[in-house]
Amino acid sequence: MTDAAFDVAVIGGGVVGCAVLRGFALAGARAVLLERDGDLLAGASKGNSGLLHTGFDAEPGSLEAECVREGQREYRAIRGRLNLPLLQSGAIVVAWTADELAALPAILARARENGVPDAAPLSREAVLAREPHLSPALLGGVWVPDEAIIDPWSAPLAYAMQAIANGAEIRRRAEVRGGRLEGGVWQLDTAAGPVSARVAVNCAGNYGDLVEAIARNSPFRIRPRKGQFVVFDKTAHRLLSAIVVPVPSARTKGVVLARTAFGNLLVGPTAEYQEDRSLATIEQPALERLVAHGRRILPALAEHPVTAAFAGLRPATERKDYCIEAVPDRRWISVAGIRSTGLSGALGIARHVRALHEVHFGALRDLADPVWPRVPNLAEHAARAYQEAGRSAIVCHCELVTQAEIATALDGPLGAATLGGLRRRTRCMLGRCQGFYCSRRIIELADGRLPGLLAA
Amino acid sequence: MIHDAVIVGAGPAGLAAAAALRQGGNGDVVVVERDAAPGGVPRWCAHPGFGLRDCHRPMTGPAYAAALVRRARGIDMRLDTTVLALEPGGRLRISTPAGLETIAGRAVLLASGIRETPRAARLVSGTRPWGVTTTGAFQEIVQATGRAPFRRPLIVGSEFVSFSNLLAARHAGVRPVALIEVAAAPLVPWPVPLLARLLGGARLLTRTTLAEIRGAERVEAVVLRGPEGERVLACDGVIFSGAFVPEAVLARAGALRIDPGTAGPTIDQFWRCSDPACFAAGNVLRAVESAGRSAAEGRAAAAAMIRALRGDLPPPEPAVPLRAEGRLRYAMPQRLIAEDAMVTVHARAALPGRGVLRLLADGVPVASRRVHARTGALLSIRIHAARLRGCTALAAVLE
Repeated sequence: MTDAAFDVAVIGGGVVGCAVLRGFALAGARAVLLERDGDLLAGASKGNSGLLHTGFDAEPGSLEAECVREGQREYRAIRGRLNLPLLQSGAIVVAWTADELAALPAILARARENGVPDAAPLSREAVLAREPHLSPALLGGVWVPDEAIIDPWSAPLAYAMQAIANGAEIRRRAEVRGGRLEGGVWQLDTAAGPVSARVAVNCAGNYGDLVEAIARNSPFRIRPRKGQFVVFDKTAHRLLSAIVVPVPSARTKGVVLARTAFGNLLVGPTAEYQEDRSLATIEQPALERLVAHGRRILPALAEHPVTAAFAGLRPATERKDYCIEAVPDRRWISVAGIRSTGLSGALGIARHVRALHEVHFGALRDLADPVWPRVPNLAEHAARAYQEAGRSAIVCHCELVTQAEIATALDGPLGAATLGGLRRRTRCMLGRCQGFYCSRRIIELADGRLPGLLAA
Repeated sequence: MIHDAVIVGAGPAGLAAAAALRQGGNGDVVVVERDAAPGGVPRWCAHPGFGLRDCHRPMTGPAYAAALVRRARGIDMRLDTTVLALEPGGRLRISTPAGLETIAGRAVLLASGIRETPRAARLVSGTRPWGVTTTGAFQEIVQATGRAPFRRPLIVGSEFVSFSNLLAARHAGVRPVALIEVAAAPLVPWPVPLLARLLGGARLLTRTTLAEIRGAERVEAVVLRGPEGERVLACDGVIFSGAFVPEAVLARAGALRIDPGTAGPTIDQFWRCSDPACFAAGNVLRAVESAGRSAAEGRAAAAAMIRALRGDLPPPEPAVPLRAEGRLRYAMPQRLIAEDAMVTVHARAALPGRGVLRLLADGVPVASRRVHARTGALLSIRIHAARLRGCTALAAVLE
């Protein structure tokens, strides 16, 4: 049994788990990722705003500030080799009231403290010159040039793919139900059979405290915080250049307006606490408020229809900062409370987790010559498959997804295993018609590969 | 390469226009269709109700689509070709199997049809499981596979397509649990609801809305809100039917003027859009008319395009703007050009009822007509376009 033991078992296949798995794989560890759902990115990482933050507004000196700074730096450094997109839009923190205007100097000061020195004040006129479609009711802003837009799913999938390409394993439908630490080795009981590992890393997101209880009394409690989003049609993409961020309140970063990597315009998130850990419902009144909010800030949005609405659950704890620590006597590392900056911070978190491993559980040695798989590009501003000569048939017309892209997404060691997984790998069915034109073709191509598309 | 005419969409309007253009002596016509086969939406409507207008016999949708395709045989049909952008002056950026290209037409016809409003754009509350679809997608799945994504769906809406849905459902052994309608009565007149009940066994619940969708992986139940409050109904799917919208993104993303009342491009009586190189016909103009009417519009637009190619259409300016007022949802054409010919203005009422439909030129009545607007019924009124000379604004009013 010990011979078969992994060096590390990562529990949870969200963006953080995928990045942590990659970190261990590139550090030469024999690592396995255990995901409860049929596919990766099915929990908190399913629905987010797709932004690469600089951490300009993080709590100075916090672990979150450090991980976001490191994470976005590494993303920029490796994205070329993994074929990951970056839309360098910049962000503007916009003040709409006198109180918010008065808060801008503190935001600038905090940005400098967080090592984001390019942040600069903008007059009302300067904001409107950059963003002529914004409501003229604004009073001023802060320009943060390094904030950027990325593809929320390709990044973690690329981390997972690179981990696999360098020897890691990923097991889906492998919920961890319990475990025992025996002779320095975790015997984890999973829905896909037993798994042994010398160190376990809890990256279980919204289930973080439940998984933590396998190792110890959880020092944190997850209280999922729901964020709902409305996505406007691609025709609205041109209304905005920068990410428009409100002046944050004590409770939330507030509702953002941003372009998406897929060429839409997004408004969200809301912030609502809920008990349910898995189901993020959308609610008509909240969506209508988001639509109204978007149209107040960007009046021309009134002429653009809504394409989609979604909700994500962020794994918040009672603390503001990330809860990341090693529990040496339990051979366990907790990675919890990654509540809203997981996509930006994931690679930084992975570095931090690796460092904790080296301190408490032994040194690791980087692979001399790691493999760098390239993932298919889904971002609108870079070359896509439908533009190529000799392309296969376009299956999803709204998002311009080709048959070959669907086939690729269903194939390989990390092929889509659920319809949601297929959507996240290709963008199919995410467009304005939401499957009116493409459901039949998608079903024809995926029936037998994905469960439950047609009734028995 | 500049063609005489480029037609976007090989549905009823586009195919009929292509055939009419050729018949009129304009052979250099290209039809661009993003699907792998021509025919448009009727291909998937395996029920009667097609063909009476132009084939003079009752046909099913697929038979009617095939007839339109036959009439357009020999025309340069570019299938699996997607228009990415409509540029001013009749230029189109397209994605073809051979790569990206630009083509241009001296006259371009936008005939890209319609689709239904999906759940997302309706902002319906709840989870987002598999099993939530639209009539169009459902019919296509059943036609192609003989199977359905669910067994006991709820159908939202009682437009005609909702009932064709029930017919399609029967083919796949699907028994809808209910059909709900927000209005006090179904939107199609008796005896269709009765027929639906006999055929499919679904109950029709009026004054009822869908409050919430429940279920994790798949639909498990819905919450309905009706006159007696809320109740939970178990089901395994939801079909959103009707609430059609023009598939007019090319017009919206290009620089064509859009009528907020129709959500489609504005036209003059020659089917000409705000860019005079571009024409539009069929359901891209507004939701929703029959396939037969769309085809007739395609033929009428083709006649105007033939005139345009000969250079004998009146110039696009000056045009008199037409506004819909009062109880009208929209009126079209949205621009009228004075000429010595009769023009027909079409309008739809927001609510059913009797009334008088009037046309006012600069506030002065120039035509009026008693009408009985059934739900969704198309109203029409004719005037002589010579009366528009010197006029600055035209209003259509239902009183």
